[in-house]
Amino acid sequence: MLTITIDSRQVHADEGNTILDVARREGIRIPTLCYLEGVQAIGACRLCVVEVEGAKTLMASCVTPVVDGMIIRTNTRRVRDARRTVMELLLSEHVGDCKTCSRSEDCELRKIAAELGIDTIEYQGATTNSVIDMSTPGILRDNGKCIKCRRCVAVCTQVQAVGAIFPQFRGFKTTIGPAFGKELADVPCVQCGQCAAVCPTGAIVEISHIDKVWNALEDKSKTVVVQTAPAVRASLGECFDLPPGTLVTGKMVTALRRLGFATVFDTNFSADLTIIEEGMELLSRLRKCVEGGEKVALPQFTSCSPGWVKYVEYFYPEFIPNVSTCKSPQQMFGAMAKTYWAEKIGKRAEDMFVVSIMPCHAKKFEAERPEMNDSGVQDVDAVLTTRELGKMIKEAGIDFVSLPDEEMDRILGVSSGAADIFANSGGVMEAALRTAWEVITGRELPFEKLHVVTLAGLKGIKEAEVEIKGTVPEWSFLEGVVLKVAVVSGLGNARSVLENIKSGAKTYHFVEVMTCPGGCVGGGGQPRITTDEVRQKRLDAIYREDEGKQLRKSHDNPKIKQLYGEFLGAPLGQKSHHLLHTTYVQREKV
Amino acid sequence: MNKSKGKACMCEVAANRSVLLKRLDAVLDEYVSKPGGLIPVLQIAQGIFGYLPEDVLKQICLRMNKSYSEVAGVVSFYSFFSTTKRGRYLVRVCMGTACYVRGGKQVLDAIKQHLKIDVGETTPDGKFTLETARCFGACGLAPVMMVNDVVHQRVKAARVQDILDQYRQGEKGKRAARKGWK
Repeated sequence: MLTITIDSRQVHADEGNTILDVARREGIRIPTLCYLEGVQAIGACRLCVVEVEGAKTLMASCVTPVVDGMIIRTNTRRVRDARRTVMELLLSEHVGDCKTCSRSEDCELRKIAAELGIDTIEYQGATTNSVIDMSTPGILRDNGKCIKCRRCVAVCTQVQAVGAIFPQFRGFKTTIGPAFGKELADVPCVQCGQCAAVCPTGAIVEISHIDKVWNALEDKSKTVVVQTAPAVRASLGECFDLPPGTLVTGKMVTALRRLGFATVFDTNFSADLTIIEEGMELLSRLRKCVEGGEKVALPQFTSCSPGWVKYVEYFYPEFIPNVSTCKSPQQMFGAMAKTYWAEKIGKRAEDMFVVSIMPCHAKKFEAERPEMNDSGVQDVDAVLTTRELGKMIKEAGIDFVSLPDEEMDRILGVSSGAADIFANSGGVMEAALRTAWEVITGRELPFEKLHVVTLAGLKGIKEAEVEIKGTVPEWSFLEGVVLKVAVVSGLGNARSVLENIKSGAKTYHFVEVMTCPGGCVGGGGQPRITTDEVRQKRLDAIYREDEGKQLRKSHDNPKIKQLYGEFLGAPLGQKSHHLLHTTYVQREKV
Repeated sequence: MNKSKGKACMCEVAANRSVLLKRLDAVLDEYVSKPGGLIPVLQIAQGIFGYLPEDVLKQICLRMNKSYSEVAGVVSFYSFFSTTKRGRYLVRVCMGTACYVRGGKQVLDAIKQHLKIDVGETTPDGKFTLETARCFGACGLAPVMMVNDVVHQRVKAARVQDILDQYRQGEKGKRAARKGWK
C-alpha cells in the first residue's frame, strides 16, 4: 500500500496504479483522449499531464505509476496552460465543422475543448488533408477529423487481431489507416466497427443508411418492415441520456411506428429460428460423428456475427467447414420477411423494404453480401446502427423518453427469452443448450433460471463441459458423451481459441464466437462510449428481459412452430436449406 | 539491340527474380521468430530487390504473421525504405537542421533543376533517383548529400553539376570499358 498526496489530499494507492487510476478513483477529473481503459495507455496525446513534485517536466498521468510519497497536483496554472496548448494544437490541425459533424453531440474532442475553456484557436496553420473513404459497406473514414490518438489502431490490432489500420507515413503527413494510404476495401477489414466505437471524434463513423430509410418510408409502393436486434433494446435509451442498461423495448416499438414503419418485427423471432436450425445442424453433425463414425467438421462455430464470419474467411479459411451454414438472424429475418410474410400479405419480394436496427457495422456489409438474395432480391435493404436510429427519432421530433410502451407486431415479432440473450456473449450458446438439452433428454436444462452461469459475463474466453445423461431413445447414442463448449468474444480471443484447436491443445463440440468484446451489447454501432461498466449494465438488462418473458426457450415459440407448419416444413429441410442457410468464401489474407 | 537479345534479357530478369525470392525466403527463415525482426528483414529485402515491391512486402507479411497495414506503416515511416524502383544512383540530400541552415535547400533545388525531376522521382534514363533525408550524422560537414554509399560534404549548389557528372561519366567510362573502348 502506497500513500501519495494528490491535490493536497492524502490517499492510498496500490503498487502499479498510475496517477490517472488514482485520480479517477478519487473523483478527480483528468481529461484524456488517447487513453482507452483496459486497451491503451501510451501517453501520446499529452492532455492528461499533471505536476509531480521533483519532476522536471509535466508527467502524462496515464502512463506514470505512482510511487510512495509522491506529491501530485492536477490543477495548477502550469497544468491548465499545458493542457490548453495541447488542445489548441490538436484543434488547429483538425478539419471538422462541428456544426455539421455527425459526432457533434458526443464528440470527446469538442467536449474536452469546452471543459478546458478554449474559446479561440490561436494557432493558424496547415490542417490535415481530409480524405474520405467510403470504400466499404459499413465504415466511413475521414482523415481530416483524425487526431491520431490511435485508439482505433489499438482495438483493431490488439483486441481484434485484424490490423486493418495502422499509422502510415511520418510527421505532419501521418495518417491512421490502411497500408500506404489505400482504402479500407483494399485491406482485410472485418467491418466490426470497433474502431468507430472508440474514436473520440467523427473520423470513423458508420456509412449512413438514414436517407435510404427515409426515402423508403415515403415511397408509397414499398411496404417497409423493420426488425430490431436484441442488443438495441438495452442501449437505445443511452441516445436519449437514459442510463446504460435501461430497457426500452416498448418505447422503441412505439418510436418505430411513429417513424412510419408499417410493421415492427423483431430479429428475436429469427434468433429463435436460428436456434432451431443451428441446434439441429449441431445435432446432425454429432450424429454423423458419434453414431456414423463419419469425419465431420467439429467444433461447429456459430455464424450470427458477420465480422467473425469474415474473419474466418480471411485468416482461417481452413475452418470455413466448421462455421454453421445458418444465416445470421438478420438474414434469416430478411429472407422470411420477403417470402413467407410477403406471401401472407399478398406482396412480392420486390415490394418489400426490410430495415434492420443493429448494434453493428458489419451487418451493413452482411446485408450486401451477394449470397444474401435468396428471396430473389436483396433480403435486407438497409441497416441502421443503434446510433442512427437514435438520430432518426430525434430528427422526427419524437420525445423518446416520454413515449408509451407498445408491443411488436404478430408472427415475426414474437420471441422467447432465449432470443433476447443473443445480445450477450454466451447467450447464443445458452439459448442453444436450452433447446438442444431438451431435444436430447426430454428434460429442461437443469440450471437455475436456465442460465449457464459459467458461460455468461465479460470474460473473453469461457469454457464448459457437461456429461449428457438420460437421453431419449432417438438420441441415445449421445448417452455419456461429455459435451465440450466454448464461448468467445473479441476476435483476438477467437484467434487464440482457433490456434488452440489447430494445435490440438483444445477440443470442443460447439463454439460461440461474437466479434465484439462482450458480444453485441458492445457492438461497434452502439452508443458511445462503451466501457466494461457500460457493457455489464447492458448484459444485465438483457438477462432481465429474458427472465421477464413467459417463453424462455426457442422451441416453445408458437410462431416458430407456425412458420415450420405453414411454410418451411422441417428444420434443415429443403426450403430451410434454400432460405436459411448460406455459403462462405475464402478471402485473401493480405 | 536486336529482338532475340531483348527476349533473353526478360528471361534473365524472371530467372533472377526467382533467385531473389529464394534469397528472401532464406532471410525470412532466419528472422521469422526473432523479436524486432521486421526492420532487418525489410532492410535486407531492399538490398536484394533494390526497393520493396508489393509482392515482396506481402510475402514478408505472410511469413512474419503481420498485417500489410502494419508493415506498410513501418515502411512508410522510414525514408530509407522505398516502394518504387530506384535509379542506379540514389541521390539523397540531407534536410536535417544543420544541413538546412547551411544551404541544403539550395543544393536540393540545384539537383532538381539539373536532373529535371522532383523529390521521390527517377530520371527517365533510370540513372538517378532523388530523395531527401533527415540527418546522416555528419552535421559537422553540412550541407551533406549522399550518392549511394558515398557522402559528399560541404556541397554548394554550384558544385552539384560536377558531382553528378562524375557518376554520369563514371558510368560512361564503365560502359566504354565493357565495349572494349579505352
